Amino acid sequence: MSLMEPHAHSADHPLYRRRRRKSAIMMTLSLAAALFGIAWLVAILATLLFKGVGGLSLAAFTENTPPPGSEGGLLNAIVGSLIMTAIGVAIGTPVGILAGTYMAEYGKHNRLSTVVRFINDILLSAPSIVVGLFVYEVVVVKMGHFSGIAGALALAIIVVPVVVRTTEDMLNLVPHQLREAASALGLPRSTVIQRIAYKAAQAGIITGVLLAIARVSGETAPLLFTALNNQFWSSNLNAPMASLPVVIFQFALSPYTDWQQLAWTGALIVTFAVLALSIAARILAARSGK
Amino acid sequence: MTDAPFETAASFAGLDAARAGRLRSFRIRDGLFRNLTLASALLVLAILGGVILALIIGSSLAFETFGFGFFVTESWNPVTEKFGALSPIYGTLVTSLIAMLIAVPVGLGIAIFLTELCPPVFRRPIGVAIELLAGIPSIIYGIWGLFVFAPMLQSTVQPFLIGTFGHVPVLSTLFAGPPYGIGILTAGLILAIMVLPFVTSISRDVFETVPVVLKEAAYGVGCTRWEVVRRIVIPYTRVGVVGGVMLGLGRALGETMAVTFVIGNAHRISGSVLAPGTTISASIANEFTEAVGDLYTSSLIALGLILFIITFFVLAIARLMLMRLESRAGA
Repeated sequence: MSLMEPHAHSADHPLYRRRRRKSAIMMTLSLAAALFGIAWLVAILATLLFKGVGGLSLAAFTENTPPPGSEGGLLNAIVGSLIMTAIGVAIGTPVGILAGTYMAEYGKHNRLSTVVRFINDILLSAPSIVVGLFVYEVVVVKMGHFSGIAGALALAIIVVPVVVRTTEDMLNLVPHQLREAASALGLPRSTVIQRIAYKAAQAGIITGVLLAIARVSGETAPLLFTALNNQFWSSNLNAPMASLPVVIFQFALSPYTDWQQLAWTGALIVTFAVLALSIAARILAARSGK
Repeated sequence: MTDAPFETAASFAGLDAARAGRLRSFRIRDGLFRNLTLASALLVLAILGGVILALIIGSSLAFETFGFGFFVTESWNPVTEKFGALSPIYGTLVTSLIAMLIAVPVGLGIAIFLTELCPPVFRRPIGVAIELLAGIPSIIYGIWGLFVFAPMLQSTVQPFLIGTFGHVPVLSTLFAGPPYGIGILTAGLILAIMVLPFVTSISRDVFETVPVVLKEAAYGVGCTRWEVVRRIVIPYTRVGVVGGVMLGLGRALGETMAVTFVIGNAHRISGSVLAPGTTISASIANEFTEAVGDLYTSSLIALGLILFIITFFVLAIARLMLMRLESRAGA
């Protein structure tokens, strides 16, 4: 065939031209897809800055959420978010690190680890509102009222799978020779893990914790019916507690313009905090990778 | 510390006793630590078991009262206490379908752009930007959707859809009704924007597992860029791409806040995607704290159980497919 048509391979053969045209069209479409995706990121961040910066004053950080129609800030919501996130991370992190340790160090190939890994990956992307329902059933109903501690527990359940996943991955990256050298010195297994493996995987594990904090600091659904909300200053873990995401939710859907403005300001603060945490985690991961 | 006196005694018997004591304390600590990690691993399973158990117990009243009818009843009436899950289930499935119809082709397009077309200088920044988009909390998408996106749709896209397809059979029912701004379509579009980063980053990761030799061989026999993608990259990574898509679907099905803002929270099934509706998660978020009566609460928990079971299976299939890919890559 090609012997009889000597020009079949030349660049301007109609068939080849058609194939090249098709390729160019598809590649242009993929370029358009990328521009489309980035346009949304820019659009959301630009709106957030545009609407949120106006309300970013000292009062936003020093005054409590106001009744409709008067001036105020987000202090009680910010503090509530910080308290519940801190407790949630303090409970979830040790559990996550220990479970990740079991899968990477003790039961690397056994059936239990495979099952836990599978379940953990599902929990990682399971709907967070279901976690809220679970904590409502187990804690809120038993206590008889909504509380900050219930909110913190719901956040802890969301922290665990994130930390389990990164801890296991990071421990798996630690070279075996390090463990073998430590074992050869006669160190018991638990000491090898605590003093050698954890130290080598430190940066990666911290990255995982930062990512977990970023994840829970924007979580709204699990707090709606565990911590509920609180219009006033409260650091009492046994009482309903305000949080930034829930205040944003409530204020944004309200008909009052000053509440809506505070919702935008809160949204800007949350987004900024989450982006800062994820960028910090990224920098840490990149630095430890070298 | 405790064995210091034996060392000064320096007798063989003393040394042996000291060593035995130290070894024993090592063994105890070792056992303790090991069991502690084992208990934590089991706790992960216990969380899942606890969630399922709590939901089953919480929803038993609703299922006892309504039986199988709960799944096929559209009415949702707190006054007469008649509850049915059909319209939230419908809303959940339709919004997720709209989201995937948009997010999958666009996400694959971005992944193709990043792995095949993009100049290396921009590859990392764009990849990072897409991943940051995945980290933005869903409530931000919600508030943006309510105040910016929905009014924009109401004044531009929706009148256009109604005007264009208003007289075409089938499509006229799909795009019927006044442009509310909020509704099923808006929720689906917001979900598409939310799911896009997940689909993109997983597709990019699996595209990068294609051996360079395979692609070079294809280019060597004269394939165009698109033909390499279509005939080499996609067939090689099919399992992983489907896994990534399912993972995105799992997210879309369970997403709460972004949807709650823009869906309109109406418990009815409408042929038009422009009409307000509700999803499982939006119903729970909107009504749970205000639900009076055990049956109302129990019905909402029953919705939660249905959602959890649906997402569990979708995510399980996703993970199985991604695991298959990993084991192949490892072999």
